[in-house]
Amino acid sequence: MIRLVDVSCRVGAFELRSINLEIEPGEYFAILGPTGAGKTKLLEIIAGLQPPSSGEVWIDDENVTALSPEHRHVGLMYQDYLLFPHLTVRKNILFGLRDKPKPEKRRRVHEVSLLLGIEHLLDRNITGLSGGEQQRIALARALAPQPRVLLLDEPLSALDPQNRRAVRRELTALHTQLGTTTIHVTHDFEEALIVADRLAVMNEGEIVQIGPPEEVVRKPQSAFVANFFGTENLFKGEILRCSHAEYSGADTYNAIFKTGAIELAVIAEREDQAYAAIRPEDIVVSREMNQSSAMNNLSGSIVEMEETGPLVRLTADVGVSLVALLTRQSVMSLKLDIGAQAYFSVKAAAIHIF
Amino acid sequence: MGTQIKRPSLLSVLFSVLGAVIVLFLVAPLLKMMLAGSYDDLTAALGSSEVRSSIALTMICALIATAIGMLLGLPLAYLLARRSFFGKRFIEAVVDVPVVIPHPVVGIALLLIFGRQFFGGRFFSKFGVTIVGDIPGIVLAMLFVSVPLLINAARDGFQRVDPRLESVARTLGHGPLRAFAAVSLPLSWRALLSGAIMMWARAISEFGSIVIITYNPKVASILIYDRFTTYGLTYALPVAVVLVLICLFCFALLRGVNVRAERVNVI
Repeated sequence: MIRLVDVSCRVGAFELRSINLEIEPGEYFAILGPTGAGKTKLLEIIAGLQPPSSGEVWIDDENVTALSPEHRHVGLMYQDYLLFPHLTVRKNILFGLRDKPKPEKRRRVHEVSLLLGIEHLLDRNITGLSGGEQQRIALARALAPQPRVLLLDEPLSALDPQNRRAVRRELTALHTQLGTTTIHVTHDFEEALIVADRLAVMNEGEIVQIGPPEEVVRKPQSAFVANFFGTENLFKGEILRCSHAEYSGADTYNAIFKTGAIELAVIAEREDQAYAAIRPEDIVVSREMNQSSAMNNLSGSIVEMEETGPLVRLTADVGVSLVALLTRQSVMSLKLDIGAQAYFSVKAAAIHIF
Repeated sequence: MGTQIKRPSLLSVLFSVLGAVIVLFLVAPLLKMMLAGSYDDLTAALGSSEVRSSIALTMICALIATAIGMLLGLPLAYLLARRSFFGKRFIEAVVDVPVVIPHPVVGIALLLIFGRQFFGGRFFSKFGVTIVGDIPGIVLAMLFVSVPLLINAARDGFQRVDPRLESVARTLGHGPLRAFAAVSLPLSWRALLSGAIMMWARAISEFGSIVIITYNPKVASILIYDRFTTYGLTYALPVAVVLVLICLFCFALLRGVNVRAERVNVI
């Protein structure tokens, strides 16, 4: 378990601002954010390599804020692995087992090298090993002393796409097998979505959202998060609440969201300035004014069509620019083309307000 | 390239000629000196107990100075490479000062601290150690003029080791001293060795400050000077040749270490 209480840290122009985070025992937690968000700095604070200016770091119900890294029992793997180039693979793995009795040293080296499939490399030198091999060794080295927490700094970014997928699967499998509480730092949101039980999104030294991946993607709480996850239809506007909930067929709404020239019926618990996000796959496209139960019907002309695999990504001008995803089949049956007029409908409940 | 013969440009020709002049200027005197002394003179010089003990004295004093330099200079070099602290720029400048001041001035300055009537001199005389006019004076003068070479080389060497390697060592249960000894030291030993050789070679060739602080016993450079002024060129020459050979040997050793260090870095 890791708990950060109001951790702040100033180094030069860079600043981490009051980070609060609680990671459950055995959880695979991702920290996601653009370069320079402070992710690596946060890992170094947990590892004890960077003292925070204020706040507390707890590991397994122990306040480790004042503890130096060698006493924290935390495994850290940097993006570029940083194996000790003057030592053999075996000695790299033995590095963290210095104080252990000999039989245990031998047993641990055997166990982790078996686990990571690197027994055949044990007596090799570091120079000349492939990136994938180096990464396994770095993982073995970090895991050998059985750390309470495993910190992975961009573990996949130095690999080519093919290896990346394989190693990603392996990391998940390894975690399932060992159950070590893991923090995985990345700037790649797909990677975070796939590996993590929960994730935190960081920006400019702050945690902007924490939650399970699906929740963070579906309900971003800020424009930054929405943009970071590539939310296509993101509108800034104003909410006007209705006095009471209104019904229209199967759709319910209680507020109107105004952005630019358009108004949308939405469900919202607040007023004033807000963002609305509509997932492209939640938009229903038709050629005639809709008989559907959706409340929001917008009309406009198609300005762009782009084939992305089996789906077609369609951009329309309905007063604002709106992106919808359709199957190729529906594009054909609807006889959609650039310049064509069409209707776009979306349920009030499918519009995420934040 | 193929069949076409490229004509050298005006720049290449001009710069090569100018470069050749300076190279010739550096090589010719040393070469002439080596060839001037007869073999018999050389063996006679090596046979002389005065020459031999002087050379031994020089090398041993230089070795002691280098050892002190490593003990006191390497920690400073490490701090300069790894930490940022108030006054760091100033200390870096201080380290380079011995390079720019005339060496007789170094001798005089040391005299003002370690002379019999001054603080350092009195302090050491309590332990029965005389500095001025004796071997410790030679060592101190050598240390003063040559330790910057070691400190700068070591600092650059430490800087080339990724500090995160030590961070990893720390997370693997090694304290700061252990992490230094297990990671940074072995990874920078070539730079340290080459710095030490440079320092030693520079100490061997020192004259200006030693001539002020300790004329007797005579180190090699003073012996050469002494023979030159009292007996003339013929007597000074063989000793000079021996000293140059020793210096060139150090230099070759240094190049060997550096070349291999570069090869390691490439990998």
